[in-house]
Amino acid sequence: MSSLTVTALTKGFGATPVLRGVDLHVPAGTLTALLGPSGCGKTTLLRLVAGFDDPDSGTVAVGDRVVAGGPGRGVPARRRGIGFVPQEGGLFPHLTVAGNIGFGLPRQQRRDGGRIRALLELVGLDEALATRSPHQLSGGQQQRVALARALAPAPSLVLLDEPFSSLDAALREETRAAVAAALDAAGATAVLVTHDQAEALSMADQVAVLRDGRLVQLTDPQTLYRTPQDLDVATFVGEAVVLDADLHAGAARCALGTVPVDGPRGDGPARVLLRPEQLRLSAPAAASGEVLARVGGVDFFGHDARIRLTLADGTAVTARLDGAELPAAGASVAVTVRGSALAFPASAGTAALSA
Amino acid sequence: MTIAAAPGPGASVEPADRGSRTRPSGRRLRRSPVTLALAIAVAALALLPLGYIAWYTVDLGWAGVRDLVLRPRVGELLWNTVRLVTGTVVCCAVLGLGAAWLVERSSVPGRRVWHVLLVAPLAVPAFVNSYAWISLLPGLDTYAGALLVVSLSYFPFVYLPLAAAFRGLDPALEDTARGLGLSTWAVFLRVQLPQLRVALLGGSLLVALHLLAEFGALQMLRYPTFTTAIYDQYRATFNGPGATMLAGVLVLLCLALLLAEIRLRGQRGYARAARGAPRPARPVSLRRLTGPTLGGLAVLVGLALVVPLGSLGYWMARGAGTALDGSALLTTTGTTLGLAAVAAVLTTAMALPTGWLAVRARGRTSTLLERSTYIGSSVPGIVVGLALVTLSIRATPWLYQTVPVLLAAYAILFLPRAIVTVRAAVEQSPALYDDVAASLGASAPARLRRITLPLLAPGIGAGAALVFLAVVTELTATLLLAPTGTTTLATAFWSASSALEYGAAAPYALVMVLLSAPATVLLSRDARRGLTP
Repeated sequence: MSSLTVTALTKGFGATPVLRGVDLHVPAGTLTALLGPSGCGKTTLLRLVAGFDDPDSGTVAVGDRVVAGGPGRGVPARRRGIGFVPQEGGLFPHLTVAGNIGFGLPRQQRRDGGRIRALLELVGLDEALATRSPHQLSGGQQQRVALARALAPAPSLVLLDEPFSSLDAALREETRAAVAAALDAAGATAVLVTHDQAEALSMADQVAVLRDGRLVQLTDPQTLYRTPQDLDVATFVGEAVVLDADLHAGAARCALGTVPVDGPRGDGPARVLLRPEQLRLSAPAAASGEVLARVGGVDFFGHDARIRLTLADGTAVTARLDGAELPAAGASVAVTVRGSALAFPASAGTAALSA
Repeated sequence: MTIAAAPGPGASVEPADRGSRTRPSGRRLRRSPVTLALAIAVAALALLPLGYIAWYTVDLGWAGVRDLVLRPRVGELLWNTVRLVTGTVVCCAVLGLGAAWLVERSSVPGRRVWHVLLVAPLAVPAFVNSYAWISLLPGLDTYAGALLVVSLSYFPFVYLPLAAAFRGLDPALEDTARGLGLSTWAVFLRVQLPQLRVALLGGSLLVALHLLAEFGALQMLRYPTFTTAIYDQYRATFNGPGATMLAGVLVLLCLALLLAEIRLRGQRGYARAARGAPRPARPVSLRRLTGPTLGGLAVLVGLALVVPLGSLGYWMARGAGTALDGSALLTTTGTTLGLAAVAAVLTTAMALPTGWLAVRARGRTSTLLERSTYIGSSVPGIVVGLALVTLSIRATPWLYQTVPVLLAAYAILFLPRAIVTVRAAVEQSPALYDDVAASLGASAPARLRRITLPLLAPGIGAGAALVFLAVVTELTATLLLAPTGTTTLATAFWSASSALEYGAAAPYALVMVLLSAPATVLLSRDARRGLTP
């Protein structure tokens, strides 16, 4: 398994730039999620790495080997040793499961069948499926076979292009776990494209957030969630409470009272970020300085619930509570904040982009 | 005759998401100049007869055109043609719609059997059908006779797409409508019919286009229309301007219908919105009407299938003792099969570049090339024959009355069938498979061998089979272009039946019917393929 290094990669289709200089390093044996809204260029990046398209400028290196953008022509896809798992599996319809998995293997191993059995086991599928046709498999099984097929020639890197987006919720969970386990067992370096933040945060060792053809932030999931680069990233990776505030001496005065602020920021107007799970509700005690809110509605999910609140000044915020004790819609509650807020410049929702 | 017609821009719907993804690489890799040049050459060949007519018209000048076109004879032909086309389209629409509803949505017993029997008349070429009728009832050489015979031959063209469309309708909509209190009749009028509109109009246009090109059946019934008049003129004056100008008027009629067809295709994709297989519909119970319904279907099948086959059998029996020349039949069958095989291979090969570009390099150019072949092929066989005769005499006398010219005519006439199936096959093999195979280390030739060809093979085979069967029963162009001494089943049948030797003609007709039967089975199994939707 090798690392992947992408340097200053650009690509445009016609007059439309799709990638505007992306730098990315994926350490060997880890899983990086490429996260971004649709149209941000993440699939294009994947195709450039795989060798299906050529970049306009910049380089792609697998390990120490420059495969695109180096001197001379790029290495063709078939010589890169990069496995590819497309959306919806992309299994060859005229071949059986075994034929699909063995496609990239030398003829001898294809006949032998031992390697194919091992791969089926790796992705958690029954051996009996080997003789089935792709159309006889469920969506989740197709994805697993596609992964087994990609892993078969022992590639130095595996690329997964939104592999779970076509699966329904329950199947997605299960397939995701199976794929993560298989990638782990194979010790594979993997890049997973997704627009699902929960998938990115839960599966990846590091998350690369892409926006408008640029890499906005590259870090581990926890850091990404807790200290996003800007408010756009913050709202993209999870639910957020964003409030106007006035910073003074390490604290923010905002609609939720005075909240401590993380990190060094100058005094003055700012926008602060809180996560809904930081908000606590209690019965109003008629104490002074208490922040009161009216419950606008409750979305109950079982394990937890989202409470829509309207503050005294009309600001709408949401809180996430565990499902045990929930206020009724229309009730009046007191709101307190746990932990600290993250401050961003007041001027813009979108902070200056740094690639 | 063209069973498989053109798919327009809306005929193939790909998920937009995937399309936008594969397009960049598709454009870069797959539009090689060689493929493009080949597709252009094919389109140019297809447009040759049309171009000839246009050139001839311009050459003749307005005064010449006026003299030849604006005369009572042309008006008479126009009236004959229009009233026959209108009558036939109405008859076919009524028969096709009623039969499709009965088979797909009612409780009539034996629905699968009826389906096959209602498609089966396609196995009997229209000119064989009219031979079968007129040889029994010589009094059929009237408007009513022609209307009866061609309607019986052509109603499956409406029935097939409608049956497929009924199957594609989501029964949930009908259930919903019934839940809202609508009667069966109201459900049909207000829910089903609006969704079937495109299939019904498409099938009707197909009938009209076929009828404009029909020569053999109408000549046999002595019903004068443009095709028969062109043929008579051609026989009388060889290649006089009269025949060519009649051809010009006929081509204009065809083009008008074709444009309507192309516009209609743009509106496709509204009948079936839901994904996945719909639940099977609960059939409407016919109760007391079951008996009369069965009777009606039996009469229809009897007229469309039993009468022609019975007539053939009768003439076979009558002619068996005296007229059957076994060795001539064998030679003719051999010649026909050989011609058909070569034409099938050639036409399918010619369809490959166009079909490939239409899918893998979507854009104005490939649409234009695809459309050109369809438009070129909408020209009736009699016009293609006339144009190729004249062109080969003038430009390439050494090619006049040779097999290559005949093969070119077959290719021009039947290209759409091959393109439709090749195109569908290429769609089954998206560029994604190519990419994945490359990422697994397969070289370009290996990808062609292990992925593209296996995926395209069924489509290419089906296209070739369709062309093969069309050539086996092709009459008009063959009559004009076959080299002296070369007879096919259709022309041998034609000369025998024209001489009123019905018994001698019967064996040739029978072989044609037997050879066409497999294609009919194919069509009845998969009604979505080959025919319009």
